[in-house]
Amino acid sequence: MGRFHHHTQGDHTHGDHDHDHHAGDHDHSHDDDGGARDVGDHSGYETGSVRVEVLEEILGENDRTAAANRDDFVRHGLRVVNVMSSPGAGKTTLLREIFRRAGETTRYGVIEGDIETAIDAERLAETGVAVSLVNTSNGFGGECHLDATMVRSALPRLPLDDLDVVIIENVGNLVCPAEFDVGEHARLMVFSVTEGEEKPLKYPVMFRSADAIVVNKTDLLPHLDFDLDLFLHHVESVHPGVQIFHTSARTGDGVDEIAAWIAAR
Amino acid sequence: MHELSICTSLAAIVTEHAAGRDVARVHLDVGHLRQVVPETLRYSWEVVTTDPPLAGSELVINHIPATLDCRSCGARTTIEFPVFRCSSCGSTDTEVTSGQELLVTSLDLVDPPGGAGRDDATASTPTRS
Repeated sequence: MGRFHHHTQGDHTHGDHDHDHHAGDHDHSHDDDGGARDVGDHSGYETGSVRVEVLEEILGENDRTAAANRDDFVRHGLRVVNVMSSPGAGKTTLLREIFRRAGETTRYGVIEGDIETAIDAERLAETGVAVSLVNTSNGFGGECHLDATMVRSALPRLPLDDLDVVIIENVGNLVCPAEFDVGEHARLMVFSVTEGEEKPLKYPVMFRSADAIVVNKTDLLPHLDFDLDLFLHHVESVHPGVQIFHTSARTGDGVDEIAAWIAAR
Repeated sequence: MHELSICTSLAAIVTEHAAGRDVARVHLDVGHLRQVVPETLRYSWEVVTTDPPLAGSELVINHIPATLDCRSCGARTTIEFPVFRCSSCGSTDTEVTSGQELLVTSLDLVDPPGGAGRDDATASTPTRS
């Protein structure tokens, strides 16, 4: 929390004297900004500006696009799951195993988000599912997440009427994807046991934003010092009661269970 | 680095509300749980506001603490460390009541349009950083 208060100096050199929420910092600012520029700002502020109330959500436009996506998903009878993780947690391999086992029961489509390359999209298309790739370096500024507009741009490339479930495989990143509603019905986070027990405390927003968490690569547990109970304790601190699945995409353990959760209505 | 996305959206909102007038300051409410780094946000704002009427405008970031209300005992807990539990009774059945804000609250517009006030506002920016 302190990180905000440590960086408010820039505000004070501009003399926000009528802002109650900064009152606590004024002593600090007076130590180092007594120069001419402070005086200049005051005159500009007090005689030259007018305050206009706005009160708007900064990501409101994204949220409106997400709502439009959600309407389209409902209209096509789709369940849409946003899958998020750090890079290398095993999202793509897990999804491949899920798609391989799906058979005729569930028809999957994928919106594949990556900054660069079609590598993951091709790996998933090998299983026979429809894939729509979004490279965020291509027209989206190389963003480290998918937003609602990017997902919307991917929809025309999927046969929505012929699908039951659309997976949005987000860009591998534990921070930014959690901030953007893309119109999904549920969020799944994939965590791998090679990542360390303290990750829920470091990335609480991601862990809280997930409706379910997959603990993947469990086949590696005998070879690691990873303390599964400690990890689960941290998850419970950050997101009490969240549903947890244990999988190994390599051995197939737990894959049917998470597939059932993904496809459930 | 979603701060750049935030600033792009913010610039559109501010431009609309400024209605052609130059902007001196943009006041934001940013919740503790929004993963926004203020320095990165300010830097991103400079990147996306190189032209009038936003050029030289400053972000004033009001940090909103994260609070939980307990559904069991009703107590309010302010959390700094990400443990979502009532500090009074220990219940994990809580509701986040603040800390998720990401709002533009107000603008300080230079008045009159294109007038002398703008010179003060823009001139101060280079000396700040």
